[in-house]
Amino acid sequence: MKEGKPRLLLGNEACVEGAIAAGLKFFAGYPITPSTEIAELCASYLPRVGGKFMQMEDEIASMAAICGASLAGRKSMTATSGPGFSLKQENIGFAVEAEIPCVVVDVQRVGPSTGMPTSAAQGDVMQARWGTHGDHEIVALAPSSVLEAYTLTVAAFNIAEELRTPVILLMDEMVGHLREKVVLPSKSELLVKDRAKPDLPPGQYKPYADYGDPAKVAPLAAFGDGYKYHVTGLTHGEDGFPTNNPELGARQIKRINDKITSRKKDLPQAEELFTDDAEVFVFSYGGTARSAKKAVRDARAKGLKAGLIRPVTIWPFIEEPLLKAKAKKPKAVIVPEMNLGQIILPVKRVMGDACPVVGVNKLGGRYIEPDEILDAIKEAIQSGSAS
Amino acid sequence: MALPLEKYLRVGKLPHIWCPGCGHGIVTQAIIRAIDESGIDAEKTVVVSGIGCSSRAPGYMNFDTLHTTHGRAIPFATGIKMANPELDVVVITGDGDAAAIGGNHLIHAARRNIGLTVICFNNNIYGMTSGQYSPLTPTGSYASTAPYGMIERPFDLCELVKGAGGSFVARSTAYHTRHLTNVIKDALKYDGFSFVDALSQCPTYFGRRNKLRTPLDMLNWMKDHAVPGASWDKMTPEEKEGKFPIGVLVNKPSKELTKVYDELLAKTAEGGRG
Amino acid sequence: MRKEFRLAGAGGQGLITAAIILAAAAAEHTEYNAVQSQSYGPESRGGSSKADVIISTDEIDYPEIKSPEILLVMTQEACDKFVPGVRPGGMVIVDDTYVKDVPPIDAKVIKYSISAKAKELGREIVANIVALGLLVGLTGIVPEEAALQSVLARVPKGTEELNKTAFLAGIQAAKEVNS
Repeated sequence: MKEGKPRLLLGNEACVEGAIAAGLKFFAGYPITPSTEIAELCASYLPRVGGKFMQMEDEIASMAAICGASLAGRKSMTATSGPGFSLKQENIGFAVEAEIPCVVVDVQRVGPSTGMPTSAAQGDVMQARWGTHGDHEIVALAPSSVLEAYTLTVAAFNIAEELRTPVILLMDEMVGHLREKVVLPSKSELLVKDRAKPDLPPGQYKPYADYGDPAKVAPLAAFGDGYKYHVTGLTHGEDGFPTNNPELGARQIKRINDKITSRKKDLPQAEELFTDDAEVFVFSYGGTARSAKKAVRDARAKGLKAGLIRPVTIWPFIEEPLLKAKAKKPKAVIVPEMNLGQIILPVKRVMGDACPVVGVNKLGGRYIEPDEILDAIKEAIQSGSAS
Repeated sequence: MALPLEKYLRVGKLPHIWCPGCGHGIVTQAIIRAIDESGIDAEKTVVVSGIGCSSRAPGYMNFDTLHTTHGRAIPFATGIKMANPELDVVVITGDGDAAAIGGNHLIHAARRNIGLTVICFNNNIYGMTSGQYSPLTPTGSYASTAPYGMIERPFDLCELVKGAGGSFVARSTAYHTRHLTNVIKDALKYDGFSFVDALSQCPTYFGRRNKLRTPLDMLNWMKDHAVPGASWDKMTPEEKEGKFPIGVLVNKPSKELTKVYDELLAKTAEGGRG
Repeated sequence: MRKEFRLAGAGGQGLITAAIILAAAAAEHTEYNAVQSQSYGPESRGGSSKADVIISTDEIDYPEIKSPEILLVMTQEACDKFVPGVRPGGMVIVDDTYVKDVPPIDAKVIKYSISAKAKELGREIVANIVALGLLVGLTGIVPEEAALQSVLARVPKGTEELNKTAFLAGIQAAKEVNS
């Protein structure tokens, strides 16, 4: 791969290059539009770096296989889209409960069900959050450019390895299938984190140790390292064995939630544009944020004080930038999404009665155009001034 | 004084959850005895299971152990084997786990010839959820979801795996303990995908409903209906009726998947077509 | 500077490839930013096909084109569908091998027998590269040498000579059309 030189790269291709730069050694997947290029490129590139690719018999098996490979000590990833993301949910939950680092790419397309396979949507935002059962926290990152498809894939691996948790790269067709000029960071500029290995001897090692500090996560031995430990999807104690003790169980569930919420500050933070003096904020993520950025720039060109908050980490929901906006007593927060309104729910929760929170929503696979967001900005400024 | 096989058990995790008279302890014992006799490295052995009564076995076994989701032990194990081919990966599964929810994974692992040893604790019933019929419940047998008798036909798991390209297929029973140990040992030694259909008894949910009142009745049934493979081949269809063959039923060399992959890696590293 | 291109025709005519090469030439060999997107899916296996390229000195936020400044059409269907959307004063390049009627439009209309030319050079499959040469020659959006490098980097091995000939034929055609 040519370092430092500008290249025209596909979003899905950038994701694969990012994964390999982050140390991906095992990919298991199943063909599904619009994520298939990720599997195809892994099939081509991975053997050249000593990694392995497997096309599994289904989406469920792919998710299972990457969990297995990760437990055997290899950085692992799978990629899919809506229907496949639904099928993977049970084993995503297993990875959450058993604290198995792995990366799951979801290139969102129109749903429900088979929907519109080649068209963009952002309808999996809530599925990413709550798709698997039980109380859990999840990390989901949303790239809005081809460069971010690369950098956030690297970040996803780092977070997965550090927090021992599955990380979802919540792409959309708009970004996955966009070709764009990028200059990828060189190896020396890239931060790659590897999982911590236990320094205690077998017998003393606790694979699910509770240190009393939720930000501290137990190291993970690889199968075959001689630790002979147990991994289960059953609620378990610090030694990994199942427990029916309500207090121990509650504590374990709480710990795997807290380890993520306690690290919000370490996750990729929102991009902000013109937020210092903004009267209207546009809160937008993923591919749609490109339209939002254009709309905000166009608004500024017309003298309208609009600002953009672009969350990069979608889950856990990072409230900070919105709280800062709230303190400025804005006229409105506009939330454009290629769905009927998903991320708008936590935005409304944070903003409360401070100002109107207005959705700009579009279905059917067409992108939200900058002018549609600009119109919402204009309206918010007018009605805000009138009141 | 420690018993010879005790080092393979997590004694602190006993007693097990299985009912009195259950055959799963016998099969588990056969597995650890086979591991012991085959001389494979316990430190490099991973035992993977799905969900069900049988799938609790790894919790009592002193290896790296992974208790996964229902039906998915084989793809989890596939990821482990691909990631580190040096490991001996044993899958413990039940008839519901392997043949119903996980049936697709079973046939594809056989097709791929990935180096896993899959041992199905086959008791013809869903025990963990209290006795619903499985794809292995014989036609006419009773189960909580077959109160009028099982109307569907059961799988012959060995034939299924063979049909999917399985190149090592064996069957034994909880009655034939030494024989069971030996076929598992052969399965462990086999370089490729190996499958053992290990018949086990569930007196609680199968026997009681099907006129096999005691565990002993069930073991005697196994003794009376099992036929060594060599004799089986000479029997007429009439003689085979209601009986089943035991022993190593298929054993033919076939290149194991991770070895094939290693060849691919060597080729691509040399700058070949990738 | 911001130029918006649309390349439209039938699946199999290689227009997505031509668009990728155009965007790559700008991205990899000039200071410009470039994005490329396409209608994707069953259409790439037959039926209509459309690929868009934006080349700009500024950051390109929104990647979709509403009304292209430069449109290349290689089927009558694409012509009928996309010509009315061309920006007033823009340019329409028509492969008159297949396009017989061009709707009236406030744009410079350039007709050339792109596919026929490709056939004459050896294989009609390189019509997309002839078209690319024509487009580059007519617009001067990227240096010819940069575009040729991108062509050679992205066509199948063993077809470089034919594609180079095709590209240069397109450049030559642009000169003829302009003179």
